Amino acid sequence: MKILVCISHVPDTTSKINFTDNDTKFDTNGVQFVINPYDEFALTRAMWFKEKQGATITVVNVGNASTEPTLRKALAIGADNAIRVNMEAIDGFSVAQELAEVVKSGEYNLVLAGKESIDYNGGMVPGMLASILDYNFVNACIGLEVEGDKATISREIDGGKEILSCNLPLVIAGQKGLVEEKDLKIPNMRGIMMARKKPLSVIEPVSSETTTSTKSFDKPAAKSACKIVEADNVEELINLLHNEAKVI
Amino acid sequence: MSVLVFAESTSEGKFKKTSFEVTSYGKKIAEELATNLVVLSINASENEALYKYGAEKVLNVSNAELSSFNAKNYTSIIVQAAEKENAQVIIIDSNANGLYIAPMVAVNLKAGYASNVVEIPSSTAPFTVKRKAFSNKAFNNCSISTDVKIIGLAKNSYGLFENEVSGSIEDFSPVITENNLKSESIEQTTGKVTIADADIVVSGGRGLKGPENWGMIEELASILGAATACSKPVSDLGWRSHSEHVGQTGKPVAANLYIAIGISGAIQHLAGINSSKVKVVINTDPDAPFFKAADYGIVGDAFEVVPKLIEKLKEFKVNNA
Repeated sequence: MKILVCISHVPDTTSKINFTDNDTKFDTNGVQFVINPYDEFALTRAMWFKEKQGATITVVNVGNASTEPTLRKALAIGADNAIRVNMEAIDGFSVAQELAEVVKSGEYNLVLAGKESIDYNGGMVPGMLASILDYNFVNACIGLEVEGDKATISREIDGGKEILSCNLPLVIAGQKGLVEEKDLKIPNMRGIMMARKKPLSVIEPVSSETTTSTKSFDKPAAKSACKIVEADNVEELINLLHNEAKVI
Repeated sequence: MSVLVFAESTSEGKFKKTSFEVTSYGKKIAEELATNLVVLSINASENEALYKYGAEKVLNVSNAELSSFNAKNYTSIIVQAAEKENAQVIIIDSNANGLYIAPMVAVNLKAGYASNVVEIPSSTAPFTVKRKAFSNKAFNNCSISTDVKIIGLAKNSYGLFENEVSGSIEDFSPVITENNLKSESIEQTTGKVTIADADIVVSGGRGLKGPENWGMIEELASILGAATACSKPVSDLGWRSHSEHVGQTGKPVAANLYIAIGISGAIQHLAGINSSKVKVVINTDPDAPFFKAADYGIVGDAFEVVPKLIEKLKEFKVNNA
């Protein structure tokens, strides 16, 4: 089985989010970048297929050279090789198109991604990729088993889960549940050393067609101070929620 | 030209509340573009309910083969409806199924797509919408440059607006193609309000000390008709199921009221819940970061405050029944 894992390079979850250039660009000053957490669940599940079923894993990112340390980290976790498509990730569609070219030329039959990146939260690349390739697609995956060319997938639905089956080729968009947090691997020294020697190829984009663009960013409006209610006066809280906030 | 809204219904054929929200939103956009609103429904039993929110025309698909959601079929139905109605803007709820199918609809229609949109477009030329980004820590003003535009609307961001029209229902029979993606089973948590649907969410954190203390959280939730949720450490410790974990890497919450009990308010937690309209925190530590994000707060021990709150809320419910 040839698995492709799509990796986004995103600000760490603890990052303070600020913008520059008249609020048109994300301020990377002092920000630490990591493998997108949802993609890390996908990569970790891919590692299971590598260890148990002999799958090979390629990781791919669409981005400029600054994303390479993130790809190296994925190699240190255990991916076999990496590809970087040398293009700024402007919108979901253009990224999906580039990934589709990578999938076609590498003949991957299982593509794992996270359900969204924690920066743009577009949540569209995996579904668009599957659609361009005419592969099966399951979103918000919380479980995946593959036997031969049959896959069994669980996905999260509002208020429960659904179990699905389909044939490969398949694209899934994963989240926690695909593996648990405790299963995530921290690269060890040997992995980090080996990752330096693993192939990381840089390829040029084939198209630059976009469908959306970011005009600017806004921060949520500053909120008014919290009204403190005395602990022995819960009636006052009920009164405020009923008469002032009108939510109960 | 038209604006097409997909109004999702449950397996019993009832519309989800958010279907009325997307219809209200679609009506407003149709007015701004001076065009008609068409609402697509699949096996819905009360299509007339959409008239109240401005649906002039309902395209209803009745097909027993579509009794359960299938992403490929639903994608294809929306695409066929959009082509038939020459839809310029398509609106799909950013819920579990909507987020699943919208990107596929977009590719099929060569349309640009923006998910988790929170407002009416700030301009229609260029077509620009405001959407949630950076896991609720910021908003992204996004322009869609294609002829056909797809908007995924974030729950509880626009609201319901009544706009009664005398509508009509048209039967629609799209072509359904066999595919190998099959639903084997659905496990639904029954009898409980889900976090996605809830107007009120009651959430507990590590301050509750152990899973045995969740009785009062559940009782409070049941009085309020609320869903229960928890912070990440609580689900990591196995005190509560992962499906209750809310926060940046858990479920997002966009409720009218979010009550956090014994949760300090880590930045990742706040990111996940800050689309909620009103936030209440109950915590012993007055310096807990949650007090900076909350609208109302009580500095106090949850084990004393929550039982009192339950007692007083019961009285309140009796008096306001």
